[in-house]
Amino acid sequence: MRHLLLSLLMLLAAPACAQDLAQVLDANRAQIEQPSRQTIAPVIEALAAAGPQAGAVLEAWADRRLGLADGRFVIVQGDEAVDAVTGAAVRGEVRVLRPNSGVRGIIGAALVQFQLSDPDPSRRAAALDAIARRSDETHLAALRAAGNDPDPALAVRKARLERLLTIRFDPDPQARVDAIEAFSGDTGADLQAVLNPLLATTRIAAPTIPGQANVAAELIPGDDIPQDEAYRLLVEAGLAPARLAPDAQKQALSAHIVEGTVGGVPVAELSDPARRDTAYDALAEVGLVPPAATAAEAEAALSGHRFADIYAEPNAQITDAARRALNAMALRQGAQQTADLALDALSLASIYFLAAIGLAITFGVMGVINMAHGEFIMMGAYTGYVVQTLIAGRTLSLIVALPAAFIVTFLAGVVLYRLVIRHLVKRPLETLLATFGLSIALQQIAKNIFGTQARPLTAPAWLEGSVGFGEIVSISTIRVAIFVLALMFLGLFLWIMNRTRLGLEVRAVTQNPGMAASMGINPDRIAMLTFGLGSGIAGIAGVAIGLFAKVTSELGSDYIVQSFMTVVVGGVGNIWGTLAGAALIGGLQKGIEVINPANTLAAQTWMILLIIIFIQFRPRGIMPTRGRAAEA
Amino acid sequence: MTALLEVSGVSKSFDGFKAINGLSFSIGPAELRAVIGPNGAGKTTFMDIVTGKTRPDRGQVLWGERSRSLLKLSEAQIARAGIGRKFQRPTVFEDQSVADNLTMALKALRGPFAVLCWKPSAASAARVAELAGDVGLAERLAHKAGELSHGQKQWLEIGMLLAQEPRLLLVDEPAAGMTLAEREQTTTLLRRLAETRAVVVVEHDMDFVRRLNCKVTVLHQGSVLAEGSLDHVSANPEVIDVYLGR
Amino acid sequence: MLIRKHPSVLVFLALLAVFTLAVTLMSEAYGSGVVPTSTVKTLGKTLCLALAAVAMDLVWGYAGILSLGHMAFFALGGYMIGMWLMYARTGEIVAATLASSPVPPTAEELRQGITGQIFGVVGSTDLPLTWSIAGSLPMQLLLVLAVPGLLAFLFGWLAFRSRVNGVYLSILTQAMTLALSLWLFQNDNGFRGNNGLSGLQNIPGLSHVPQSVISIWFLWASALLLAGGYLLATWLTAGKFGSVIRAIRDDETRVRFLGYPVEGYKLTVFTISAMICAAAGALYYPQAGIINPAELAPIASVYLAVWVAIGGRGRLYGAVIGAVVVSLLSSWFTGGRAPALDLGFYRIDWVNWWQVLLGLGFVAVTLFAPRGLSSLVDALAGLRPPRRRGADLGPDAGALREKEAEA
Repeated sequence: MRHLLLSLLMLLAAPACAQDLAQVLDANRAQIEQPSRQTIAPVIEALAAAGPQAGAVLEAWADRRLGLADGRFVIVQGDEAVDAVTGAAVRGEVRVLRPNSGVRGIIGAALVQFQLSDPDPSRRAAALDAIARRSDETHLAALRAAGNDPDPALAVRKARLERLLTIRFDPDPQARVDAIEAFSGDTGADLQAVLNPLLATTRIAAPTIPGQANVAAELIPGDDIPQDEAYRLLVEAGLAPARLAPDAQKQALSAHIVEGTVGGVPVAELSDPARRDTAYDALAEVGLVPPAATAAEAEAALSGHRFADIYAEPNAQITDAARRALNAMALRQGAQQTADLALDALSLASIYFLAAIGLAITFGVMGVINMAHGEFIMMGAYTGYVVQTLIAGRTLSLIVALPAAFIVTFLAGVVLYRLVIRHLVKRPLETLLATFGLSIALQQIAKNIFGTQARPLTAPAWLEGSVGFGEIVSISTIRVAIFVLALMFLGLFLWIMNRTRLGLEVRAVTQNPGMAASMGINPDRIAMLTFGLGSGIAGIAGVAIGLFAKVTSELGSDYIVQSFMTVVVGGVGNIWGTLAGAALIGGLQKGIEVINPANTLAAQTWMILLIIIFIQFRPRGIMPTRGRAAEA
Repeated sequence: MTALLEVSGVSKSFDGFKAINGLSFSIGPAELRAVIGPNGAGKTTFMDIVTGKTRPDRGQVLWGERSRSLLKLSEAQIARAGIGRKFQRPTVFEDQSVADNLTMALKALRGPFAVLCWKPSAASAARVAELAGDVGLAERLAHKAGELSHGQKQWLEIGMLLAQEPRLLLVDEPAAGMTLAEREQTTTLLRRLAETRAVVVVEHDMDFVRRLNCKVTVLHQGSVLAEGSLDHVSANPEVIDVYLGR
Repeated sequence: MLIRKHPSVLVFLALLAVFTLAVTLMSEAYGSGVVPTSTVKTLGKTLCLALAAVAMDLVWGYAGILSLGHMAFFALGGYMIGMWLMYARTGEIVAATLASSPVPPTAEELRQGITGQIFGVVGSTDLPLTWSIAGSLPMQLLLVLAVPGLLAFLFGWLAFRSRVNGVYLSILTQAMTLALSLWLFQNDNGFRGNNGLSGLQNIPGLSHVPQSVISIWFLWASALLLAGGYLLATWLTAGKFGSVIRAIRDDETRVRFLGYPVEGYKLTVFTISAMICAAAGALYYPQAGIINPAELAPIASVYLAVWVAIGGRGRLYGAVIGAVVVSLLSSWFTGGRAPALDLGFYRIDWVNWWQVLLGLGFVAVTLFAPRGLSSLVDALAGLRPPRRRGADLGPDAGALREKEAEA
């Protein structure tokens, strides 16, 4: 409607053209009132040439909104009507013109051309959109006739559209092939939508393959298509009689039971398929049932006919070009998806790294497996949730939640160490079980406090959305943030271990506890701090994971096995090993998902199997602790 | 006389540190040999390589009349071939009785199914009693090994070694933690054993080595520095320099 | 011979027989009916769990291999017998339906009918290859032992060969059961995905026998199997073999230098234990009625370890005590029959707090009573003459009881 008002305004501004329009309308009044498809073309051309305001008239005509009132042409707008030439409101009875669909098609084509040369760029863009949505061969001519668009962006679009339509509608095959080849390197969805139908095939069965058919592939029954399927094609094409289905046979047999026998075969023997055939054949011989095609006949029918997929597009040159173009396109898309996948794997690896780093510290430094590590992750996530319910601002609450989670889980770790782990020194398996007991208790406590339903931990607005690279590759901002967080922790860990007193003491205790103790280092205190540190990092990982996963009491157990795998695969006591382990596991999981995208369960199964096999060859992980100590 | 064990040109390094460097060593079927050397000379690694615990980077370890290579064999296979090892710290199974410990060590088929079908016989009980008598534990057969004193555990372990009937015995610092009387006893035992089999004693204690009165091999930085009688090697200036002199 | 050396076995078998007899006499089918059928089933299942715990004790308490994937074997045993139960039972139903047609069904029609009934839920119309012998009871019974045994053998061979042990091995076994459960969760693998196998309590050919009677039969079978498994485990742990595996637990390296192929022993124990577990599972799931991949979740296997630890590992009766006490307590608490504890400000509802109690109790047992509940039995036994010389340094049930017999 806005277009219409706009053009009406322009109508007032250009009275000279209005005169033309009025003349053309008057001159062709009869034709316009009673249009016929054969003769209307010159009228429409004349109208189209009558200046830009004529567009409104044509549009209205095509929409069955053009009418006559008191001998004047009016355009109906809802309940009102305006004069088609002057734009003045008209009262009175309006007789609306009803052109048939053939005429409307011709009007539409003229209208497109008209709109394509409209002075208003937004109308020209709208016209292009309309063509891109639904097009037929008349549009191709219109596009070509419209010439170059003054707006460079629109000109590009128009040229592209023209080439797409050339592929579909140009009568000259060479022009179509050229157009396809001109698109080389393009991966646009519109191009795919044009190319794919060109390769549509139908499956036929015939005594011989028609000479003019554009054959996609000839099919050998039994190899390329199942024999049953091939025979079904024959039946559908009327080239062979339908075979007797077991159900039909059974029905026919049960319909002809005579004194406990069918065709001379006792009913009790009919559980044998061979006996059923005998009975049926006997019935067929006396004409009670139609004879069924035998296996030999079916075989002969299959070998006597040929089966093929035939392109709907008869020209082989075009289908070849389209297939080449689509293959190239698939290749490029594959490359882009690989890049996307690499990013996905990277973010997954950072999550595993975050989840595993605390575990690696406690396991690597103290040789203690903390089965409750997953529950520390969960504790961190719930801390984040609680902080968020207390502090309104999301950014602020996140800033508070990170250290809060660290403190909570650090304290939990220290308490766990003092109460349990220090009493189980040198009994790794019992530590594993005791911490497991704690893990079931913690999980249930969380369930009792927070309920079983998932709690949201909402990310601040600036972490929502995604960062894009190119058309297909994009990665959500949260995942980038987690990657950054993982890097920060790597840096932090390296700094603590290599640059601080604590790190020095930790390394001393790891290498030789007795010697360290004699140097005045308290191994118990160091172990406690290390354990607290590992647990604290788990808490922060929990906040990070909670930002994109639902916070439930099972959050930790979802990650614990992968975390263990990361540590075990990476090798104990080496942060770079943990990093390599996380990268391997993240990459492996994503990689397997590509091979079998529909089935993430299968991906996980295979990943675990691969890891079990990997452990066979590197029992001490990717980066093992080396030296004589390792051999002992 | 062909050698029972022939070690030639063996090297092994850990993270760049050469624990054993081109070591060659050989011992006859019935011979007592003491191996001495300062800390880090490669004594323990040498025993680890012979018993299959550590694989050398280079070199040959040949065993027996048919010169079988030991490098491809597992620890258990080497033990079954007839090499027994006594560790520095007594390692017995503390939670099982002395009789169980000895029974386990008795020379017999070692496979899981053979062991499942194994039944104690009068002969095996007599052999266990005899071994216990040899090492002075006849009274304590039914006791758990964990209840024994340190010295008794040493003896139990020696008893277990004897039960294995090895052709070569590797003994790591047998005198450590023993009283003078026990040392005397140990010396006598080792000398007696060496009459029928090869015995290699790795030892720190020069007095003990002197008492053994046998051929001595001095290791230094992973290779053989000197070999001969104790008096001979004691006179070697290099040996004095690296070991005895200090 | 075995019983003379280990009188505890006799005590155990006597207790088991008395228990079974008592339950039978109180059951609805053969006795006063004081014990309802559902309880009989629970007790029968508990006996199966006890056998699984004995198997777990064999690998962990005696051979020192902490397997956190043993329930995988248990559930696999259940799956194997469940395949026959479901196939044969569905076969009966399908045959009954097809019998209304005047023409007798062919074998193919029968099979298609069964396939449709069993695999309709996962949208499959073909009978998976794994089910091709599901109609044969002897074959499936063979598979009950063969499949878990083979899995344990392969896994153990890979793991022990590369000398993966301790915590690493535990994690690896956990990964194994996780992988298996994820695999079974997939619909297209022929085990009905997360639907699992159901209706297993209906025994083919016994549709005329009421469940109350069947439950007692299963109780007897479970008791017999437990007795057999217990005897087998005692035999394994009693002689020189037991001596060697306990030695492996305490000092693997030393055993190697004695000339024993440690890997072979571990593999033997692991495989036998897996097969015992599988047999227990094959009796458990017909009483439970349903099996699904969640039964293989790593947590289930850890619970098995918890039972053994609470009962006292290194003693076969300890494993039985642990499994029986914990699983019965667990069903008592989670069944809502335990009275809630009112603290004034908070009401402790045991359905919700039982897990917490179990978890913390387990931590406490690990810390303060590493030998578990069976140390109570030992303490009771200790009231009588046998002197215990020196510290009881480890779990050695055999030696202690031997002296008891002499006293």
